[in-house]
Amino acid sequence: MNQFSMTSHQEVLTGIEADQICVDYNGTVALYDASLKLSSGTICGLVGMNGAGKSTFFKALMGFVRPSRGTIRINGVSVGRAQREQAVAYVPQSEGVDCSFPVSVWDVVMMGRYGAMNLLRIPRESDRKAVLHSLERVDLVDLRHRPIGTLSGGQRKRAFLARAIAQRASVLLLDEPFTGVDVRTEKLMADLFSQFRREGRTILVSTHDLSHVRNFCDLVVLINKTVLAYGKTSEVFTAENLTMTFGGLPPNLLKGPIASD
Amino acid sequence: MMFAFEALGSISFQSLFLEPLSHEFMRRALLVSALVGGVCGLLSCYMTLKGWALMGDAVSHAVMPGVVVAYALGLPFSIGAFVFGVGSVALIGFVKQKSRIKEDTVIGLVFTGFFALGLVLVSKVKSNIDLMHILFGSPLGISVGDLHQTIIISGIVVATLVFFRRDLLLYCFDPTHARSIGINTGVLHYLLLSVLSLAAVAGLQTVGIILVVAMLITPGATAYLLTDRFDRMTLLAVISSSLSSVFGVYISFWSDIETGGSIVLVQTVLFLFAFLFAPRYGILKLQRFDV
Ligand SMILES: Nc1ncnc2c1ncn2[C@@H]1O[C@H](COP(=O)(O)OP(=O)(O)O)[C@@H](O)[C@H]1O
Ligand SMILES: [Mg+2]
Repeated sequence: MNQFSMTSHQEVLTGIEADQICVDYNGTVALYDASLKLSSGTICGLVGMNGAGKSTFFKALMGFVRPSRGTIRINGVSVGRAQREQAVAYVPQSEGVDCSFPVSVWDVVMMGRYGAMNLLRIPRESDRKAVLHSLERVDLVDLRHRPIGTLSGGQRKRAFLARAIAQRASVLLLDEPFTGVDVRTEKLMADLFSQFRREGRTILVSTHDLSHVRNFCDLVVLINKTVLAYGKTSEVFTAENLTMTFGGLPPNLLKGPIASD
Repeated sequence: MMFAFEALGSISFQSLFLEPLSHEFMRRALLVSALVGGVCGLLSCYMTLKGWALMGDAVSHAVMPGVVVAYALGLPFSIGAFVFGVGSVALIGFVKQKSRIKEDTVIGLVFTGFFALGLVLVSKVKSNIDLMHILFGSPLGISVGDLHQTIIISGIVVATLVFFRRDLLLYCFDPTHARSIGINTGVLHYLLLSVLSLAAVAGLQTVGIILVVAMLITPGATAYLLTDRFDRMTLLAVISSSLSSVFGVYISFWSDIETGGSIVLVQTVLFLFAFLFAPRYGILKLQRFDV
């Protein structure tokens, strides 16, 4: 196992710390001994085959599945506390929401602010500003009054991303945000993630597209039920590691130039 | 409406709508029906959006033994109904989790079991409950005590739904997100179920156990066809539900037909209108919308 040692001996105050996580679904192991340490201002790519446990890892980090072993800290505190403090935002692989729901794009993004509002969830001026700003960042301002169900798949993905932005969380967990979006949206998202990094946020993003990892991930985690390799993209993203990750089948993209910054 | 009736010549607005108000029982019936209609209409928005129609049916039937036990013990019937309503849902959750049986089967199984228990209890427990009143409602014969109870229940339900309206909407729309921002969705789940049990008790007063589920879904479904905005949906549901309840009671009075059936039929007719003529979602699409 390849350990990234730059942060391993220093106290991580902001970011994600997962230590030897094991998750099983009714006895079937989906993830074991998965450790990860991310500090602020980094983008980390999570790469693995279908069924490798990427989504499970995200769910464990969010406390949606209970690890049978291991500990998770976000910004140095428990997951539950981090969530209550709006420190972490999560965009699932598929939102699993009923899109014929009578809510507008604006309403959906405003839901990102609920945690920061009072119990009655009455938006203040600052909340409205945050929503507008988030919509601007994903280029959806013009569609803000549209019912969420009338958006295309890619626009919807952007709306849910805007909701995560509106949370103003310092840790962002994005499960396959690039799946099913067009090139323009892909570019927009990649630029956004780079901006987040400059703002000092911690981003964990899973993807199938290896070129994304090369283009903007500082760190990469290769997983297949456990962490196979973990470290700087330039060091870890090797043909050998990828072959191992994808079960002996080197993905075609490997023919391209390996990691360069 | 008024002109239409006046055109008939012999019947006037006065005799149709005002004269019945001279009866104490009609004033009470109209008050309780409008109130219960509004309350159930409000809740029906969450039921239809959450996809809880079957759950609504289950809870409304499962409150039956609670009502009987409460009457027998001399407690307010709402307390018994509440305990059994929430209890049935807890049981549904438990059986579903512990066995491989699918949820809709478990729901059907549990609520028919509870309902059967209620029927058996009614026939065995010595009390002055009229089974027909529980099954079919009797707004025209509601007692002052029951009226007060219904008003209190309605107050609790409306206050809860208004206070938690945003959280409940978020919970129905995207529970995962609700959890990820630190909202306790378990609490919201049981809150909604508790409110459902209470509303079922209130609805039982006007349309009876068998038809209560209509009060809990039809107004929401009608409103859902008419708008894409949640706030408008709740408003439309409350108005349509209250109006159909009031009209149902009047129609029942004029033509001496069963009140619960009459209320629900008016609601169903309103739904049919929405189904046919709703601007965007009606099957006839009278108005063109370009989005
Ligand atoms: N809710 C679940 N119940 C049972 N098994 C599951 C569940 N979710 C995922 N799994 C299993 O766990 C493994 C990892 O799944 P997942 O984390 O979704 O992979 P990925 O996101 O990398 O494609 C798969 O073998 C999958 O079948
Ligand atoms: Mg996945």
